[in-house]
Amino acid sequence: MSLLSVENLEVLFNTDDGVITAVDKIGFELEEGEVLGLVGESGSGKSVTAKSLMQLNPLNTFYGKNSSIRLKLGVGELDVLRLKSSKELVVVRGGAISMIFQEPMASFAPAITIGSQMVEQLMIHTSLSRSAAQELSIEMLQRVGISEADKRFHQYAFELSGGMRQRAMIAMALSTKPKILIADEPTTALDVTIQAQVLDLMKDLIQEFGMAILFITHDLGVIAQVADRVAVMYLGRIVESGPVKQVLHSPAHPYTRSLLNSLPKLDALDEPLTPIPGDIPSPLERPPGCVFHTRCPEAIAGKCSSEIPISVNVEPGHQSACFLNESPVEKTA
Amino acid sequence: MSNQPLVEVENLNVDFPLGRSLLGKPPMLRAVNDVSLKIMPQTFFGLVGESGSGKTTLGRAMLRAAPITSGTISFNHGNTKYDVGAMSKMELKEYRKKAQLIFQDPYAALNPRMTVRDIIAEPLEVMELVQTREEADQKVREIASKCRLNLEHLRRFPHAFSGGQRQRISIARTLVCSPNFVVADESVAALDVSIQADILNLLKSLQNNLGLTFLFISHDLSVVAHICDTVAVMYLGTIVESAPTRSLFTQPKHPYTKALLSAIPTLNPEDRGKAQKLEGEIPSPVNPPSGCRFHTRCPVAEDRCRKEVPQWRESSPGHSVACHLVG
Repeated sequence: MSLLSVENLEVLFNTDDGVITAVDKIGFELEEGEVLGLVGESGSGKSVTAKSLMQLNPLNTFYGKNSSIRLKLGVGELDVLRLKSSKELVVVRGGAISMIFQEPMASFAPAITIGSQMVEQLMIHTSLSRSAAQELSIEMLQRVGISEADKRFHQYAFELSGGMRQRAMIAMALSTKPKILIADEPTTALDVTIQAQVLDLMKDLIQEFGMAILFITHDLGVIAQVADRVAVMYLGRIVESGPVKQVLHSPAHPYTRSLLNSLPKLDALDEPLTPIPGDIPSPLERPPGCVFHTRCPEAIAGKCSSEIPISVNVEPGHQSACFLNESPVEKTA
Repeated sequence: MSNQPLVEVENLNVDFPLGRSLLGKPPMLRAVNDVSLKIMPQTFFGLVGESGSGKTTLGRAMLRAAPITSGTISFNHGNTKYDVGAMSKMELKEYRKKAQLIFQDPYAALNPRMTVRDIIAEPLEVMELVQTREEADQKVREIASKCRLNLEHLRRFPHAFSGGQRQRISIARTLVCSPNFVVADESVAALDVSIQADILNLLKSLQNNLGLTFLFISHDLSVVAHICDTVAVMYLGTIVESAPTRSLFTQPKHPYTKALLSAIPTLNPEDRGKAQKLEGEIPSPVNPPSGCRFHTRCPVAEDRCRKEVPQWRESSPGHSVACHLVG
């Protein structure tokens, strides 16, 4: 069994306007030491998916009956969604799974030093003494390339620059030696030169710690640079998934193709940009059938708007949920 | 006529005071340092740089929304000439009709309690460009259709719209007073990629149809590469390189531009690890490095770079750069 296997995950929100489906029966697996990229536009459900792995969604959330998130722990396994109290969830939250967020300024407590926050979580999740926890924290800060780590240890989040804060966040997330790291847009708030540094650092750490990473981003370029496999999400469904080279070089789903066409590319300055027509539908008005049919340039009239396409293998390990993939003859390049 | 720049900036400095002091002047932060540039009419001029490079401040100074410490900004449109730094109140009022700004965040820029019609019509009323409501309605409808908004949208409130539609509303409001010069500050940064391409195409077609001149500020080089005719790269308040887009992206000369270009993650998984890495972070503008401001992170810096400020010069036609090491 894989390190993590998500099956039939359905996440719904109870709101004043009715029940909203944020994630619609998706499944994926994460192997040890693998980087899985989860890519999609805002509202596609990628962050909700990630938060479900630790049950971090707000209180008005409920999960579908057949949903399961199975996590391999040692020889046994557990279903994250069956854990009820926050006491039980400690095994998962910050233990087996750590998370780094997009905006490191918002994720550190502003009135507590970086060091005490790092020590605090080590005291909860490990049996280290306070002094040993402090030692490990400073070591981790050094490991992620923060100079004068013992000085930084006693500083507050506002005293660090954006790139440094994100490094500290990574150091904190990794100090408990999680099996899985969830990185939710970890470089989106950073400048490109700093982004390149942080991505490099993450690649090094994957090798060193041998953990699996679920890397969430809207930037396909970042995915191309770090991920082994990628899953493309649109309106709560995974429309295409597979090894990163195959998905980016020969995308099978019209959404992935459109997304790639709408990106400005530096090596093709004269090519016109092709936007995806229309806007992303509101989650309250999810289209029936294939969720992408309202904007799809290749939609089959009458079929895509009523039937839900199932995922099929277009290549070994490369799946796409589109009717066009079922009859390869109609497939356009 | 077309050889004359619409906006010409010469040796511009913008300083901000750091806090207050009781005795004497407070220390100053130099956000824009000795910047000169020319923006030709009916072109897209791109300004790129990392956060803290001073690109927004430079854009705002051109609209006189940031204090100008020294240097000149001149605006020449036909027979009207303005010295942006030394305008009277009346002149500034006139200038505002000719130079406008599109904001970054379409969610924050629109008043949630006003209908789209009122939002777009507000500049007309404030600038007293229309006498009657009918006249205002007429102009709003014209610009709304140019920005691909439906007429039925005009009666609704901003909350009913998606990010891309809101940015179109925001663009319509900017253009309703028929400006000649528009500063677009990170106008697509808050949008999803599928929508971003749509707004970029819209800006380009509006520029063609209405003969506009854009200063397009962005941190995203690939966006700038696609839409701009000329690009200037800023680092810590100074322009380090400026060239026609193609020339800048195919033959970057300044080490900072090169590093910036190679740091963009490409869509090709085979390119992994090829990026040329810049060490460290952008220094604080309160205490900028001596000599060339980039020398602390520059991979090829020499002794001279630490002492002498590099001259801004044209290294090939139209392609200017400020670096000691570029021949």
